[in-house]
Amino acid sequence: MPAGFSAADFFYILPELVLTGGALLVLVVDVLTSRQQRPLLGWLTVGVLLVTTLTLLPFSDANVVVSRGLLAIDGFAFFFKLIFLLTAIVTVLMSSSYIEVEELRAGEYYFLILCATLGMMFMASGIDLVTIFIGLETMAVAFYILTGLLKPNRRSNEAAVKYFLLGAFSLGILLYGMSMLYGLSGTTNLRELATVLATQERSALLIVALILVVGGVGFKIAAVPFHMWAPDVYEGAPTPVTAFLSVGSKAAAFAMLLRIFTEGLPFLAEVWQPMFWVLAVVTMTVGNLAALTQSNIKRMLAYSSIAHAGYVLIGVVANSSRGITALMIYLMLYVFMQLGAFAVVVMLRRHDVVGDELKDLSGLYFRYPVAACAMLFFMLSLGGIPPTAGFMGKFWLFSAAIESGYIWLAVIGVLNSAISLYYYVRVVVFMWIREEVLGSPITASPAMVVALTVALAGAVIFGVYPRPLFELAELSVQSFGGVVAAAEAISYR
Amino acid sequence: MLEAYVPILLFVLVAIGFAIFTLVFASLLYPERYSKVKLEPYECGIEPETDARDRYSIRFYLVAMLFVIFDVETVFMFPWAVIMDELALFGLIEMIVFLFILVVGYVYAWRKGALEWT
Repeated sequence: MPAGFSAADFFYILPELVLTGGALLVLVVDVLTSRQQRPLLGWLTVGVLLVTTLTLLPFSDANVVVSRGLLAIDGFAFFFKLIFLLTAIVTVLMSSSYIEVEELRAGEYYFLILCATLGMMFMASGIDLVTIFIGLETMAVAFYILTGLLKPNRRSNEAAVKYFLLGAFSLGILLYGMSMLYGLSGTTNLRELATVLATQERSALLIVALILVVGGVGFKIAAVPFHMWAPDVYEGAPTPVTAFLSVGSKAAAFAMLLRIFTEGLPFLAEVWQPMFWVLAVVTMTVGNLAALTQSNIKRMLAYSSIAHAGYVLIGVVANSSRGITALMIYLMLYVFMQLGAFAVVVMLRRHDVVGDELKDLSGLYFRYPVAACAMLFFMLSLGGIPPTAGFMGKFWLFSAAIESGYIWLAVIGVLNSAISLYYYVRVVVFMWIREEVLGSPITASPAMVVALTVALAGAVIFGVYPRPLFELAELSVQSFGGVVAAAEAISYR
Repeated sequence: MLEAYVPILLFVLVAIGFAIFTLVFASLLYPERYSKVKLEPYECGIEPETDARDRYSIRFYLVAMLFVIFDVETVFMFPWAVIMDELALFGLIEMIVFLFILVVGYVYAWRKGALEWT
């Protein structure tokens, strides 16, 4: 073996290796089986993801740097990988009926979902700018194709081209910022970067690099003013892909953001904290205000997800152990509520109904009370009403902001939650009060039932009894280099 | 540190200067006689039959993309072959894994009919 590598390097990326093998397996099984056996492919994909999750579990309390300092296998990475795998599992479960209705190619679809998940996992583990970028590319390329998978659909094609062009452009900006950081420090390793930059005089070029990186990352989390692509892409993409994009891709981008800023640039915290403060406020407000007038559910959920990125940014601004814990918990809870809401929208897609419009929800309660009640719960959770998971998430985020002295940020966050209730409750109004609209009956496949159950269980249980999740997140944060660096930076000041 | 870039600056200046010099000097010397032949894409080649902005089969792209994949594969294999001795068994296994992944893609493209022309 070449110098610097050891068998341990391969041991610590076992989940990623399993996932890679599983993705190839799905691709081969797809071409070797007949069309009738295709539904099994979804279960095979779920199996691959479950096995990956199982191989990930032993690394819950690991804290090592492997592969010549390219990857950190720590609690932080563990927690985020759990989020990605959970998101992928629920997404795959809700996809099977949609794939049939839209006549998508199942093999390619599942393979690309697995590839995107793989990229996300490397983004969460990467403590080197290069690893993070490669992970980001793996994820982004898979998403570009997934977005345009509805080939006869013009909107889907448009969304894919828009996402690809803007995505490539923003990646260029991010890479430009990264190359400047490398030029200033002579290293791409984030931990070395922090030590080298700490001893240097702060140059104007460093601030330019910072701004470029914020822009690139801002695009990925769809923060205003880098959000323009999100509504069109979310609307045009196949609905399960939209769900995966709005949860998985966003969580991965936040993992990358925390790695770069809290691990790599902790000494510039007083520069990037105000930047993210402004981004958070603008993102929340614009996202919520734009969502008010939407009549398309996917578009509304797109703006709502922009607003949620704004709330999550509060955790970044707080830049404390508590803030990062709150951020991670929120992202985990967001998986359940957002995917649950999308699962209901996916169910509305039948061979004669597109099911994207708010009016397609009309009278849902009278025909399908269970689905309507589930949707009601997800909407209240997204809005942040007390007994739900969404409330717990927001509570921690806002209290972290207050603890770090950002009282106004918390106030703006609370006001925004109040605004958001209007459009979440509007969905409920359509389901309960509007006249029934006819269409072919809604059927839920067994996989869809499992997906909805998982989402609902998560949103209910963690809303009432969040302690296990909170403890896991706190434990994960303890080993996160960013928190250590943040604490050092504070004492240094 | 900046002194190291002086040769590059000189090189750029000479390159630009040479281009300007040839253009200006040639325009002073050559006679200007236009004819139909001179406006064609290839002055001395096959005569174009149709406009270049035409639709042609998407299969060309498919073949081109498959070609690029295997072309890049060789790009990886050459440097590996050169330092094969140093990498030893580890390098061999890595290359087999790499080729295996490519073969999976190849089988996939084959079974999906990407290699059939009609």
